[in-house]
Amino acid sequence: MTELSKSGAAVGEPVKDSPAPSAFLEVRDLKVHFPTDDGLVKSVDGLTFSLEKGKTLGIVGESGSGKSVTSLGIMGLHTAGQYGKRKAQISGEIWLDGTELLSADPDYVRKLRGREMAMIFQDPLSALHPYYTIGQQIVEAYRIHHKVDKKTARRRAVEMLDRVGIPQPDKRVDSYPHEFSGGMRQRAMIAMSLVNNPELLIADEPTTALDVTVQAQILDLIRDLQKEFGSAVIVITHDLGVVAELSDDILVMYGGRCIERGPAEKVFYEPKHPYTWGLLGSMPRLDRDQTERLIPVKGSPPSLINLPSGCAFNPRCAYADVPKDNVTRTVRPELSVVGSQHWAACHMTQEQRERIWTEEIAPKL
Amino acid sequence: MARGPAAGPRAVLAYLIRRLFAAAVMLVVIILVVFGIFFLVPRWAGVDPATMFVGKQADPAAIEAVRQKLGLADPIFAQVWEFFRGLFVGRTYSGGGDVTECAAPCFGYSFRSEQAIWPVLTDRFPVTLALALGAAVLWLLFGVAAGVLSALKRGSLWDRGAMIVALGGVSLPIYFTGLLSLAIFSYGLGWIDGQYVPLEESFSGWFGGMILPWVTLAFLYAAMYARITRATMLEVLGEDYIRTARAKGLTEPVVIGKHAMRSTMTPILTMLGMDLGALIGGAILTETTFSLPGLGQAVLKAISDKDLPIILGVTLITSLAVIVANLLVDLLYAVIDPRVRLS
Repeated sequence: MTELSKSGAAVGEPVKDSPAPSAFLEVRDLKVHFPTDDGLVKSVDGLTFSLEKGKTLGIVGESGSGKSVTSLGIMGLHTAGQYGKRKAQISGEIWLDGTELLSADPDYVRKLRGREMAMIFQDPLSALHPYYTIGQQIVEAYRIHHKVDKKTARRRAVEMLDRVGIPQPDKRVDSYPHEFSGGMRQRAMIAMSLVNNPELLIADEPTTALDVTVQAQILDLIRDLQKEFGSAVIVITHDLGVVAELSDDILVMYGGRCIERGPAEKVFYEPKHPYTWGLLGSMPRLDRDQTERLIPVKGSPPSLINLPSGCAFNPRCAYADVPKDNVTRTVRPELSVVGSQHWAACHMTQEQRERIWTEEIAPKL
Repeated sequence: MARGPAAGPRAVLAYLIRRLFAAAVMLVVIILVVFGIFFLVPRWAGVDPATMFVGKQADPAAIEAVRQKLGLADPIFAQVWEFFRGLFVGRTYSGGGDVTECAAPCFGYSFRSEQAIWPVLTDRFPVTLALALGAAVLWLLFGVAAGVLSALKRGSLWDRGAMIVALGGVSLPIYFTGLLSLAIFSYGLGWIDGQYVPLEESFSGWFGGMILPWVTLAFLYAAMYARITRATMLEVLGEDYIRTARAKGLTEPVVIGKHAMRSTMTPILTMLGMDLGALIGGAILTETTFSLPGLGQAVLKAISDKDLPIILGVTLITSLAVIVANLLVDLLYAVIDPRVRLS
C-alpha cells in the first residue's frame, strides 16, 4: 500500500495529462485552493472521478469537506462573487464531453453553463431572484441559449413547470418565488435547471432546505427526470440516505479529498472507511431499533489550511490506535482497491477493517 | 409569509387612498404640534407673542392692536381653528383700525415683513425644488456609478481612491466646499458668475447660477450614495441568486446590470425619497452659502427675525414634502419589490 504513486495511478485512475477520456465527465486531480489572510484554504485537494451519461454520482461529506466547491469548480463558478478578494486557484483537469474546461476560454465555459451543465442549489428561496417572477427567470434561462421570442420561451417555461409537477403552471408562471411553498420553489428551480436539457445536472443539497415531507418527492422527481432526459447527475449531500437511494456511485469526501468511492450499494452496505462507518452510524434510520442511540463522529471537521499530517481523519478516528504494520503514520493513505470498482483510503489492512466492520460496526447499525 | 395574487391596480388605488388619508391626519397632527410649540412656549416662557411681532419698544396700544388683529388673545383652540379655516377659505385680520386680507390658502400673515406667508412659500419653493432635483440627478448618476465600480473593483486603487474622496465628501460641510468652489470657479477663474438669476429672466443665467450649488450639494450626497451603493452591491453580489444568474450562463454585464442592480436600487431609492423630502424643506446651508432665494434661506432669516408665521409655514411645507416623498418611496418600493404587500 505504501507503493502507491501520488497520483493514485496504481489504483487504476487516469494519470494527469493523459489524452481525452472516454467518460462523459472526468475530473482529474482537481484542486481548488483559496488564498486567505490565515493561509491557503485547500477546499478541494486532488479529487479524481468520472461519470457517464445516465448515471448518478453521489458526493457525500460534512460541511467544509469540499463537496460544494467541487461542484462550483466544475461549473466554473468557484471565483464568482470574489470581487477584490484574492482569486481562487484551480488546477487539474475537468473533461466534459471531450472538452477540458479549465483551459478553455471562459466565455466558452459560460455558454456551456445552463445549456450543457446546470445546477440546482440548496435553498431555492435565496437561489431565485426575489424581484422576478418564476416565469421571467425560466424564460431568461432559456433565451440565453435559444434564439426564440418571449412567447415561445414562456410556453416552454409553462411546459417545464408542468413537467416538474406544479399545478396550474400557466397561472403559477407569473408568481414570484415568495408566493411558492418550499417544495414548489425547488420544483421551479429544477424546471429552470432543466429548461435547456442539460447533459450534466449538479444538485447541491437539493433537499436540505426542504420539509422532510417533500424531500422524497423532490428526490423522486430528480430520478424520474434523469431517466427521461438521460443526463449525468451529481447529487451533493451530507445525507448518506439521500444518495444511497438515488445514486449509482458514491464518493465520500473528507478534508477536500476522496476517502472512499464505489458503487452505491457497496459503499452503503459494505463501507471500507471508518469515516463512512461514522456517517452511517450517525444517520437516523427507521428500520432500526429506536432505543439505540445514534453514534456521532466525534470532533469537528479539520482545518483546511492545516490538515493533520498523515490521514486527515486520524484525530477523529475511533480506530486510530489499531496497530498498523509497515505504515508511516505521517504518510497520507492513498485510495486503494478494496473491491470491484471500490476504493478506500485507510492505513488499516483489509482484514483489520473487515473484522471491525463485522464485529463492531455492523451489529450496531 | 404573505401569499396571494400580485397587487392589481385596484389594490394600488385602495392603498393610495389609505395612505393619503393617513398623510392628511399626519399633517393635522403636525400643525397642532407646531402651533403648540410656537404659540404656547412663549406663553409659558413669559414672553408675549404680540411683542415678538411688533418689537419690544412698541407702545402698549400697538401691541394690543396686534393681539386683537392676530387673535392672540383668543383661546389656543380658537386660534388653531382660525388657522385651519384660513387654509381653506382665507382669512381676514382686523383690529386696531386696519384690515388685512389673507386669501386662501392662508398660511398666516407675517407682521414683521408685512406679507402673507403663502406667496413667500410659492416664490421660494421652485428655487429649492430646482436645487434639490438638479443635485439629485447629479448625485444619483455619479454616486451610484462610483459605488458600483468600487464594489466591482474592491480593494483596487480606484476603490480606495473613490472611498477616500467619498469620506472627504461626507465629512466636509457645505459651507466649506461651497465657499471653496465659489472661490475657485467664480472669484478665481471667473468661469461662473455665481449669482442667482431667476429662470424667467434667462435660462443660461439661471443655469450658471445653479451649477455650483448643484455640484456642491451633489458632492456631499454622491459621497454618501457611493458608500451605500458600494456596501449594498457587495452584499448583493454575495447572494445566492447572483450565483444562480451566473449558473444560467448569463454574461457578467447582465448579471451585474440587471440582477444585482435591481436589488441594489431598493435601499438607494428609499434614501433618495427621504433625502429629497428633507432637502425640499430647505437646503439651508447650500442656499445661504450661494445666496439662493429658497425656502432654507427664508426660514433662516425668519428664525433670526423671530418671524414665527414664516417658520410655521415652512415647517408645514417641509412636513408635506417629507410625507409626499415617503408615500412615493413606498409606492415605488411596492413596484420594485414584489414581496412588499400593499396592505
